[in-house]
Amino acid sequence: MYINPNEILETIQMVRMEHLDIRTVTMGISLRDCCHPDIEIFNENIYEKITSRAKDLVRTTNEIQSLYGIPIINRRISVTPIAIVAESCKSQDFVSVAQTMDEAAKDAGVDFIGGFSALVHKGETRGDHKLINSIPEALASTEKVCSSVNVATTKAGINMDAVGLMGNIIKKTAELTADRDGIGCAKLVVFANAPEDNPFMAGAFHGIGEPECVINVGVSGPGVVNAAVRELENPNLTEISETIKKTAFKITRMGEMVGKEVSRRLGVEFGILDLSLAPTPEIGDSVAAILEAMGLERCGAHGTTAALALLNDAVKKGGAMASSSVGGLSGAFIPVSEDAGMIEAVKVGALSLEKLEAMTSVCSVGLDMIAVPGDTSAATLSAIIADEMAIGVINKKTTAVRIIPAPGKRVGDSVEFGGLLGSAPIMSLSKFSSETFIKRGGRIPAPIQSLTN
Amino acid sequence: MTSSRFIITVIGSDRVGIVARVTTVMASYSVNIVDISQTIMQGIFTMIMLAEAPKENFDLTAFQQAMDAEGKSLGVEVKVQHEDAFRFMHRI
Repeated sequence: MYINPNEILETIQMVRMEHLDIRTVTMGISLRDCCHPDIEIFNENIYEKITSRAKDLVRTTNEIQSLYGIPIINRRISVTPIAIVAESCKSQDFVSVAQTMDEAAKDAGVDFIGGFSALVHKGETRGDHKLINSIPEALASTEKVCSSVNVATTKAGINMDAVGLMGNIIKKTAELTADRDGIGCAKLVVFANAPEDNPFMAGAFHGIGEPECVINVGVSGPGVVNAAVRELENPNLTEISETIKKTAFKITRMGEMVGKEVSRRLGVEFGILDLSLAPTPEIGDSVAAILEAMGLERCGAHGTTAALALLNDAVKKGGAMASSSVGGLSGAFIPVSEDAGMIEAVKVGALSLEKLEAMTSVCSVGLDMIAVPGDTSAATLSAIIADEMAIGVINKKTTAVRIIPAPGKRVGDSVEFGGLLGSAPIMSLSKFSSETFIKRGGRIPAPIQSLTN
Repeated sequence: MTSSRFIITVIGSDRVGIVARVTTVMASYSVNIVDISQTIMQGIFTMIMLAEAPKENFDLTAFQQAMDAEGKSLGVEVKVQHEDAFRFMHRI
C-alpha cells in the first residue's frame, strides 16, 4: 500500500504540535485466585501475582513507544475490586492491602494502580463496608493507589446509604491529606454504572466479568480535534461533527495498533480501546478549547451542553468505525483541574457547578476534579453525588463524581496538585442544606425503562 | 508489526549536507533506502524516506539514538518510526 507523504506529515504534526498520545496502557489483572483468610498471606499472594504479571509491562510499552514514535504517557494496573477478593480476610480493615498494592505498583514501575474498590449499588457486605471505611487512610498512606465505589446502577437504583457514607469518606480523605490540598480525593471516584474495563484512573478496576489478564488502552487527543476544528473555514455544525468523527477515527486507529502490539508482545489478551478526549493542563490540550472553537465565547456559555453533546457523539461514531473493541468510557472528559480552558472558564465566572452538572448528562464521565470549599459538609458532598448518580441512572450512562473539599480553602482560592492533575479554582456551592434528605438513607428505586420522557 | 520497514522523516531548516550525513548513518547500520522524497515546504526542508532495516541483529534503539544525534548536530529533527504507525492511522 502506498503511503501518502501528506499523511506522514499529518501524523507527525499531530504528535509534535497537537499532543496526540496514548494516554494509558493498563494491564487488568484478576486477583480472584489470591483469596485467603489470613490478610498477610493474602497480601503476599496479590503482591506476587501483580508483580509477576506486570513485570514486562513498562519495558514493552517503552519499546513500542519508540518503535512507532507515539508517546505513551502512563502505564497502569487495574485489579479485581479489593472488597470482593479481601472479603474473607479476618481483619478489621484493608489498609495493608492498599499498601501492598502501592508497593507492587512501585516495583512494577507503573504510574497508578486501580481497584481499591467496592460495588455497592444494591447493598453492602461486611467486606464492602470494611473497604469503604479503609479508604481515607489507604489513600493517605499510599501514592499510586486509586479507589472507586459504585453506588448506583440503572438496574438497581441508587444506594443512598452508600451515598451518605461516601460524603463522610471524602471529607475524611481530604482531612488526612490536608497538607497536600486534599490530594487523596483526586484518587477517589464515586460511580453510577461503572464500566468494568475502563483504563482511566481513578475509576479503573478489573471487572468480575473480565479474563485473567488483559491489556486495555486509553487514547487521547483533544489537541488534535481542536486543531482540526479550528482549521475549518466558517463551517456549519454538520461539518464540524464530520471533521471530529474523521479525526477520532485516526486517533482510535493509532490506539488499536499500539494496544494490539503490546498485547501480542506480552502474550496477554487485548481487551478494549477507550477513546476518550482526556485533557491535560498543557495549553492546546483542552476539551474546553474545542467547545470554544465551535463558536462559544467561553466554555460554560449557553449552548455549551449542545456543543459537548455534538463532540461526544462524533467521537464515539469515529471510534466505533475504527475499531471493534471500543469500550470503557469513550467520549469527552470534562475535569476542571486538568483542563487549562476549563480552569480559565471557572476563573472568569463563565462556568458554574450547575452548568457542569448539566454538561455531565452528555459527557462521558461526570463531575470530575472539582475543588470546593474545605468547610463543605459531608451531607452537601453526598447530595452532589446523589444528583450526579441520578443523571447516570436515569440516562443509562456512566457518571461519576471526583470532588475535593480542599481543607482550609474558600471560594476565590485555588488548589495546586501538579502534573496531570493540574490546579483548580475553588467553586461555590448552594448555601442551603441537604442534610435531612441525605440522612433518610434507603434506596432510590431503579427507574422504569419504558415511558422514557 | 509484520515488517522491518521504517519511515524516516527529517524536518528542519535547509543546509548543505543533510542528505549525505543522514544516509551515512543509515548505511553504517545497514539500513537500506526503499523510497525517498524530499521537498521544501514553506521554506522548511522536509525529507521522507521509506527504509528497510536488516531482519536480524538490528538494534533499533541504537539506530534511533544515532539518527537523533546526527539530526541534532545538523539542527534538524530526525524521526525513525515503524511504517505501521502511518499505515494504520489513516486507513481501514
